[in-house]
Amino acid sequence: MTGKFMLSRRDLLKTSAAGAALGLASAAFPMRAARAAAATVGFIYVGPKDDYGYNQAHAEGAASLKGVEGISIVEEENVPETVDVQKTMESMINLDGASLIFPTSFGYFDPHMLAMCAKFPDVQFRHCGGMWNKDKHPMNAGSYFGYIGMGQYLNGVVAGHTTKSKKLGFVAAKPIPQVLLNINSFLLGARSVDPAITCQVIFTGEWSLAVKEAEATNALIDQGADVVTCHVDSPKVVVETAAGRGAFICGYHANQSPLAPEKYLTGAEWNWAKVYKMFIDDLIAGKPLPNFTRGGLADGFVKMSPLGPAVGEAARKQFDATLAEMMKGGFSVIKGPLKSNKGAVVATEGQAFVETAIELESMDYLVEGVVGSTA
Amino acid sequence: METTDIGLWGVPLAMLGGAIRVSTPFIFVSLGEAITERSGRINLGLEGTLVFGAMSAYAVAVMTGSPWLGLLAAALAGLCFGLFHGWICKFPKVNDIAIGIALMLFGTGLAFFFGKPFIQPSAPDLPAIPFGAWSDIPQVQAALNVNVLFLIGAALAVFLWWAFRNTRIGLMVRVVGDSADAARAMGLNPNTVRLLATGVGGALAGIGGAYLSLYYPGSWTERISSGQGLMAVALVIFARWNPLGCFAAALLFGGAGALGPALQSVGVTEGYYLFYAAPYILTLIIMIATSSRSRTLAGAPGELSITK
Amino acid sequence: MADTASSPDVRTILDAGGYRAALEWTARRAETFIIPLAALVVGMALFSLFILAVGKSPVQLYETMWRGGFGSWFSIQNSLSRGAPLLLAALCVALPARLGLVVIGGEGAIVLGGVAAASIGVGLNGAPSFLVVLLMGVGGAAAGGIWIGAVGALRHYRAVNETISSLLMAYIAIALMNHLVEGPLRDPASLNKPSTQPLADIYRVGNIPGMEVHWGLVVGILACVLSWLLIEKTRWGFAARIAGGNVRAAQVQGLAVGPLIVGFTALAGGFAGLAGMLEVAAVQGSANGSLAAGYGYTGILVAFLARHNTLAIIPVAVLLGGIDASGGLIQRRMDLPDATVLVLQGMLFIVILFSETFYGRFKLFNPDLWQRSS
Repeated sequence: MTGKFMLSRRDLLKTSAAGAALGLASAAFPMRAARAAAATVGFIYVGPKDDYGYNQAHAEGAASLKGVEGISIVEEENVPETVDVQKTMESMINLDGASLIFPTSFGYFDPHMLAMCAKFPDVQFRHCGGMWNKDKHPMNAGSYFGYIGMGQYLNGVVAGHTTKSKKLGFVAAKPIPQVLLNINSFLLGARSVDPAITCQVIFTGEWSLAVKEAEATNALIDQGADVVTCHVDSPKVVVETAAGRGAFICGYHANQSPLAPEKYLTGAEWNWAKVYKMFIDDLIAGKPLPNFTRGGLADGFVKMSPLGPAVGEAARKQFDATLAEMMKGGFSVIKGPLKSNKGAVVATEGQAFVETAIELESMDYLVEGVVGSTA
Repeated sequence: METTDIGLWGVPLAMLGGAIRVSTPFIFVSLGEAITERSGRINLGLEGTLVFGAMSAYAVAVMTGSPWLGLLAAALAGLCFGLFHGWICKFPKVNDIAIGIALMLFGTGLAFFFGKPFIQPSAPDLPAIPFGAWSDIPQVQAALNVNVLFLIGAALAVFLWWAFRNTRIGLMVRVVGDSADAARAMGLNPNTVRLLATGVGGALAGIGGAYLSLYYPGSWTERISSGQGLMAVALVIFARWNPLGCFAAALLFGGAGALGPALQSVGVTEGYYLFYAAPYILTLIIMIATSSRSRTLAGAPGELSITK
Repeated sequence: MADTASSPDVRTILDAGGYRAALEWTARRAETFIIPLAALVVGMALFSLFILAVGKSPVQLYETMWRGGFGSWFSIQNSLSRGAPLLLAALCVALPARLGLVVIGGEGAIVLGGVAAASIGVGLNGAPSFLVVLLMGVGGAAAGGIWIGAVGALRHYRAVNETISSLLMAYIAIALMNHLVEGPLRDPASLNKPSTQPLADIYRVGNIPGMEVHWGLVVGILACVLSWLLIEKTRWGFAARIAGGNVRAAQVQGLAVGPLIVGFTALAGGFAGLAGMLEVAAVQGSANGSLAAGYGYTGILVAFLARHNTLAIIPVAVLLGGIDASGGLIQRRMDLPDATVLVLQGMLFIVILFSETFYGRFKLFNPDLWQRSS
C-alpha cells in the first residue's frame, strides 16, 4: 500500500490519541457500520454519467462496487456546485440512509461538502481532488486523488519521440493546480526526450464546451502542433478533431483509442474502481476510513492506455524504463533547475518534488517551454 | 503530417476557417427561424430541436452507417417539433415564446434520454469538399475544407432572400406575418401558413443539429450545444429577418468565435475569457450602431410578439 | 396578461351583493387555480405514458417524486431551497414583461450582482456586519440594475431589441465574471475552484430560524409581493400596464415611457443582482463560476408559467424547486437518467401553457353566463 496511505492512518491515530474531539466522531463510526448489515454509499457527479471522460471514469468506479455484498450504491448526475449539491447530500443521508458519500467534483468541497460534514458528524464524506487538512477540516471529511500528472509525463515521453515539429498542443479547461501540473508534466516528459520541444496550451475556460474544444484543437494544429492532449471533462471531441487533422493524440481520463486507433499513442487513465474498493473494504471491515488518500501508477490509482501502433521503438523503450522507475516510487517530474515561463525559479539546482509532494497540489505556474498564461 | 509555420497568419486564417466551420448550425437555425418569424410566430424552442436533431442524426448514422440518413432523420425530427409548435400555438391565448421554452426542455430532455447509448460509438461524418487543394499549405487546406451543408446553407440563404420577394409562397408568408387580417382578406388561413412555416423552420434547425454531431465538432455528447440554438434565434432579429443578413451574422459569429483560441495559439494568452466574449461584444456593438430611435426595426413582421 | 386587474375589489363585491356575489367572486377566481391544476394532472398523466413506454412504473415515479419533493419536512425545505433563487430570477423577466418587453438575460445580472457583492464584502472586511451585508445587497442590486437597466435604455433610446441585447449581455457578463474570479479577484488559496476571497463568517446570510432554508426565500417572497403592489396599486404600475398594452397610447396620455422602461428594467435587474448577492452571501461564501448556475434561464420559464403575475411566481418557483428536488430521488431509486426530469418538465409545461387557451371558455367560471342560461 502507498506510503501516503500509511502516513494518513498514523496521523489519524495521533489525532485520536491526543483526544481531539473531532476524532471521536470518526472513531464512533466503525461501530455503527459494523452493526448495520448494509451500508449505502452515495456518488455525486457534476456532469452526465456517460461523458466518455471524467464523470464516466467515476461512474465506472462506482459501478464496479455494485456486486459487493452489503453495499448499496446510489448515484446522482448533473448536480451543480450550488445549494443543490448540499441538498443532494442531505437527501442521500435522510432518504437513502447513506453513511458514506463521494462528491466527485472539485467545486463540491468548499463550502458545500464541509457544511454537510458539520451537519452530519456520523456520516463520512470523501471528496475527489480536495485538499483535506487535519488542522482545518473535520475528521469525517477527507479527500482522495491520483497522481495522474505522472501519466501525463509518460504521455509526454511518447509525444516527445513522436513529434516532428517539436511543438505539442494541450487543450485545457481552467488554470487550476491539477490542470497546470498535467500541462507541465506533459511538456517535461517530452523535454526528457528533446529539450527543444515546446508546448502550446489553449484554455477553453469551461470543463465541457464541444465547439470551443474543437476550435482550440484546430488552432493548435494550425500553429504546428503535431501531438495533442487535453484536460477537459470529455476528451472525445479533441481526440476526434486532432485525428481528423492528422495529428497524434495522447488520451486522458479514459482509453480513447477506439476513436482513433491509428493516431492514438497512449493515455493517462483513472482507475477509480481500485480506490473505491479500498474505501469500501475498510468500511466493511469496520476500520476508520483514511482522510487523505493519494496514489499513483504504483498504487493502481492511475494507469496507462496500451501503446498504439504509431509508437516507435525508442519511444517504447523510454516509456517502459520511465514507467519502471515510477513504479519504484520517488519519481520527480518537477526538479531543479527549473524556471516558470515567466522566468521565476520554481525549483533550484538539486531540488526535486516527488509525486507525493504536497506543494505540487497548489501549483500556480507553467514551466519554461509552455506557451500559455495562468490567468 | 507536414506542417508549415504560418505564425500570425494563423489568426485571420483561423477566423476564416472558424467562420466556415462554426457558422453552419447558426445559418440553418437562423434561416429556419427567419421563415417562422416572417410568418408572425417566434419559436424559441429551436435550441431543443437542434439538440434533438444532433442526437437523432448521430444515432441513425451509427445504426445505418449512413450520415445522409442521419441528416434526413434530424430534418424529420425537427419537422415534427416545428409542426407541433405551429399547431399548439394556433389556439387562442397560447403564448408562442413560452411554448418555445417548454419545447426547449422537452427536446433536450428527449435527446439526452434516448441518446445515452450513442455517446461512445463513432458515427461516419458528412463529407467535405477540399476547396483548399490548390494550396500546398496544410493549414489553408484545412481551413478551406468546406462541408456540403455550409454550401447548401449559403445557397439556401440566397434562395430564401429571392423567394421572399419574388414568389407567391414568399408573399404569402410575409402577408401572414405582417397582418393576419390582411391575409384573411386575401383568402389565406394564417394558422396553416404559420404551421408550415414553423415546421420548415424546425426541419432546418434539425439539420443544424445534424451538422454539429456529424461534422463539426462531429460527435454526440450531452454538452454538444452551448446555446447555439438560442443564439441563432436572437441573430434573426439582429439580421432584421433578412436571410442574407442571417448568413452574414452567422459568419460573423463563427469568425469572431475563432478569435479566442487563435489568439492563444499565437501567444496572446492573457484575458482569454474576454476574447471568448468577442462574438457577443461585436454583435452588440453592431446592433447599437445600426439601430436608432427614429428608425424602428425595418423588416420586422407586424404580427411578431417580440417586436410589438 | 393582467386579467386579474380587471376584476373588482373584494370589498366592493361583498358590500354589493352578499352570498351570491361572494360565490361569483369565488367562481371567477377559481378559474386561475382549477385550470392550471387540471393541466398539471393531465401533464402528469401524459408523462405516465412515457414512463410506461420506457418500462418503469408511473405509480412508483410519482410516489418517489412526492417523497423527494414534498413528502416530509426535509423534502419541503429541499424544494424551498431550490426554488428560492428562482423567485428573484423570475422577477427579472416578469417585470419587463408587464411593459411588453421580453428580457431573457437575467443570468448576466445575477453573476455581476454576485461579483459586486463579493467585492464589497471582502473590501469592507472589518466593518460592522449589518452595514456590510446591507451594502452587499445594495451593491449587488445596483450592478444587476445597471446591467438590465442598460438593456431597457438601449431599447427605448436606440430601439435596440431587448431580447437579443439582454442575451448578448448575459454572455458578456459571464465572461467578465470568469475573467475576474480567475484573474484579478482570484484568491490564490482557492486551488481547484477559482473564487474570490471568502467572506468573513459574520457577513454570511444565514438560515431562517427553525428552517434549513436561507433568508433568500423571504427576500424573494417579499420582492414578489412588493412587485405585485407596485404593479397593481401604484401610479407607476398603472402607467406600466398602459404602456405594456400600447406604447403610443401611453405617450398620448402624457406618460413618460422612457423613464418607465428604464426604471422597470433596472428594478428587474436589481432583483436579479440581489439573487446573485444571496448566492454569494448565503450559499457560496465567495464569487465563483457557480454563480452562472442557470437560475436566470430557469427564471424565464417560471415567469412565463406564472403569466408574469408576480404573486403566481411564488407557487411556480416552489413547484420547480420540488421537481428539481425529487429529480435526484428519481435517479437514485428508479435508475432513470437526469434527463427524465427535463422530459417531465417539458411535458408538464407544454400542457400548462396550452391550458391557457381554456380561460374564459367554461361557463362554471363565468357568472355572467349563469344568468343568461337560468
